[in-house]
Amino acid sequence: MSALVAPGTQPAASGRPAGRPAASRRRRIRPSTIGWSALSVVLFALFAFPVYWMVNTSFQPNNEIRGTDIHFWPDNFTLRNYATVLFDPGRTPFAPAALNSLIVTLTTVAVALIFAFLAALAVTRFRFKSRRTFIIVILVVQMIPGEAMIVSIFRVIDGWQLLNTLIGLTIVYVATVLPFTIWTLRGFVNGVPAELEEAAMIDGCSRSGAFWRVTFPLLAPGLVATGVFGFIQAWNEFVIALVLNARPEMMTLPVWLRTFLVANGTTNWAAIMAGSTLMAIPVIVFFLIVQGRMTSGLVSGAVKG
Amino acid sequence: MTTTDSGPPPVVSSVDGERLAAPQPAPRRSPRRRRPTGGLTPYALLVPASIVLAAIVGWPLVQLLVTSMQEFGRAQVFGAPPEWVWFDNYVSVLTDPAFYAVLGRSLVFAAACVVITMLLGTLIALLLQRLPKGFRLLLSLGLLLAWAMPPLSATIVWGWMFDTDYGVVNSVLVNAFGLEQYTQHSWLIEPLSFFLVAGVIIVWGAVPFVAFALYAGLTQVPDEVLEAAQLDGAGGFSRFRLIVFPYLKPIFLITTILQIIWDLKVFTQIFALQDIGGIREQTNTLGVYIYQVSIAGGDFGTGGAIAVITAIILMSISLYYVRQTVKEEEL
Repeated sequence: MSALVAPGTQPAASGRPAGRPAASRRRRIRPSTIGWSALSVVLFALFAFPVYWMVNTSFQPNNEIRGTDIHFWPDNFTLRNYATVLFDPGRTPFAPAALNSLIVTLTTVAVALIFAFLAALAVTRFRFKSRRTFIIVILVVQMIPGEAMIVSIFRVIDGWQLLNTLIGLTIVYVATVLPFTIWTLRGFVNGVPAELEEAAMIDGCSRSGAFWRVTFPLLAPGLVATGVFGFIQAWNEFVIALVLNARPEMMTLPVWLRTFLVANGTTNWAAIMAGSTLMAIPVIVFFLIVQGRMTSGLVSGAVKG
Repeated sequence: MTTTDSGPPPVVSSVDGERLAAPQPAPRRSPRRRRPTGGLTPYALLVPASIVLAAIVGWPLVQLLVTSMQEFGRAQVFGAPPEWVWFDNYVSVLTDPAFYAVLGRSLVFAAACVVITMLLGTLIALLLQRLPKGFRLLLSLGLLLAWAMPPLSATIVWGWMFDTDYGVVNSVLVNAFGLEQYTQHSWLIEPLSFFLVAGVIIVWGAVPFVAFALYAGLTQVPDEVLEAAQLDGAGGFSRFRLIVFPYLKPIFLITTILQIIWDLKVFTQIFALQDIGGIREQTNTLGVYIYQVSIAGGDFGTGGAIAVITAIILMSISLYYVRQTVKEEEL
C-alpha cells in the first residue's frame, strides 16, 4: 500500500474531466474533490465499522448488548468480557491456546524461512538441471486447494502418530507456507545483483563470505516481510488446525474461538468479541508493520517475480 | 495498446515494495547473468524444502488419488483393509444431484463474489488516485483494517452484526429506516440471504487487496500518455479503456485468478457462518462439502473423489496463470 506512502507527485490531473484551465486546478479545491473526499469518508466508515463494532461490543456488559437499545459507544465500559475469556474456568482456557498458536506459528515461520531461503538461493544463484522443474512444481503446488488435501494429510499425520501434537501441526504449516515463501524470497534474492557478490570476491572475499557480508544484509527486509506473511497465514489458519488438533489442550486460537460459537445454548457475544479482538490484534499490528510490502508481496512475490 | 506497447508490460517489483518497476529498458538480449553450475550445491540446498513438500504435499496427494478409488469408511480408518472400487466413487459423485447442487452453488457464488470484488476494487483504486493525501490515508486505513481481520474473526463479527435478535443491522433497518419487517429478521436461515451475508463478508475482506494492487499499478501509468490522449479528445472512460487498462492488464489478470481460486475454495467464512446459524445441507460449497463428506461423514473414499474433482477444476483455472508466469519469467 503505497497508498500510505504515496509519492507526492501524484498525477492530480490524470483522471479529471477535460476542459478545466490548469491554473484553477492548482489553487482551488475543486467541487469534485470535495465529493470524492466525502465518499472516501463514507467508505472508510463502511470498511472500518465491523472492526469498530467488534471492539465496541467487547467492552460492553453482556446483558446490555442483549437489550433493546443498541449502544454505538461503550457507555458502561467494562473489562469483564476479557476476564471471562481469559480466566473463566468453565471454558477452554485462552492462555494455552494462545501459547499453542504462538509456538506453532513462530516455529513454522523460522523453519519455513530457513528452508525457503536455501531453496531460493539454489534457484537464483545456480544453474542446474531440474531448476525449471522445481520452480514450476512450486507454482503448481500453490494452486492445489488445501481443503482437498486435508483428508489425506489427516491420515498421513495420523499414521505418524502426530495427531493433536504441536509438531504435527507445525510440519503441515511449514509445508503450507513453504511454496509461497520460496517464491517470494526468490524474488527478493533475484533483486540483489550477483555482481555485488562477484565484486566482493574480487576484493578477496570467499564465495560464502561475499554472500554473508554483502547479499544477506540486503535481503534482511525481504526476509522480514516474507516472515510476516508466513506468520499471518499460520496464525489465521483454521481448517487444518480444526481437523488435526481438535483436542482442547492442543487447540490453536482460531479453533479455540470457534468453541465459543458452538457453546451450548445462548451465545455470549460480548465474550466472543473479546476473544476475536485478542486474536485479531497481533495480525492487525503485523499488517500495519509490513503494509508497504503486502500488495507487492502477494502480487509479485507469491505470483510474479 | 498501440501507444503504450513500447516495452514489456510493467511488472510489480518485489524488492521496491511500493512501486511497480518501470518497463525494463533494453539489454534483455544477453542472458542477465551467467549462473555458476555449482556441482551438487544447488541440490543440497533444495533437500530440506523438497523433503517437507514431498512428505506433506506429494505423499498425501498420492494417498488422495489412491483413497478416491477405494471404498474407505470409518472401518478402514480403524484398520480394516480398504477395498478397491476403482472409479466407482467418481461415478457415484458425478451422478449425485447433491454434488451438482454444491458445484453449481459454488460456481455461481464465486463468480458473483469475483465480479463484485473486482468492480469495487477497481473503483476504489481509481478513487484513491483522485483523493487528496489526508483522505487517501484515511481510506487506506479503513481498507487495511478490513484486510487485516482474520477471516474467522471477521465472520464471527459480521454474524453478530446480522444477529436475529440483537444485531446492529436489523436494529438500524428498523429504527433508522422504519423497515418493520426486519424486526427479528433471520438472515442466515434462507440460503439466498445466507449467501448474501457470506458474500458481503468475503467481498469486504477481498476488496482491499484488489484496490491496493490496482492503485499501485495506477501510479505507474505515465501522465504524459494520459495527457496526450486528453488533448486528442479522449474522454474519461475511453482513456481508462485504451490507456489505463492495458497498463493494468497483468495485475487485473493475476488478481482475478487469485480471487477465483480463493472464492471457489472458500471454507472458513461458510463453515463459521453455518455454525452461527445456517442450514448446512442448503449452504455447502465445495470446500465445506469435502469436509462434511469425509471428516464429518466418515466417507473418505467419496470425499477423496470430490477433492480430486475440485482440485482438477481449480488447477485447470490456474493453469493459464502458471503458463503465463513461466513465460514472463523466462524461466
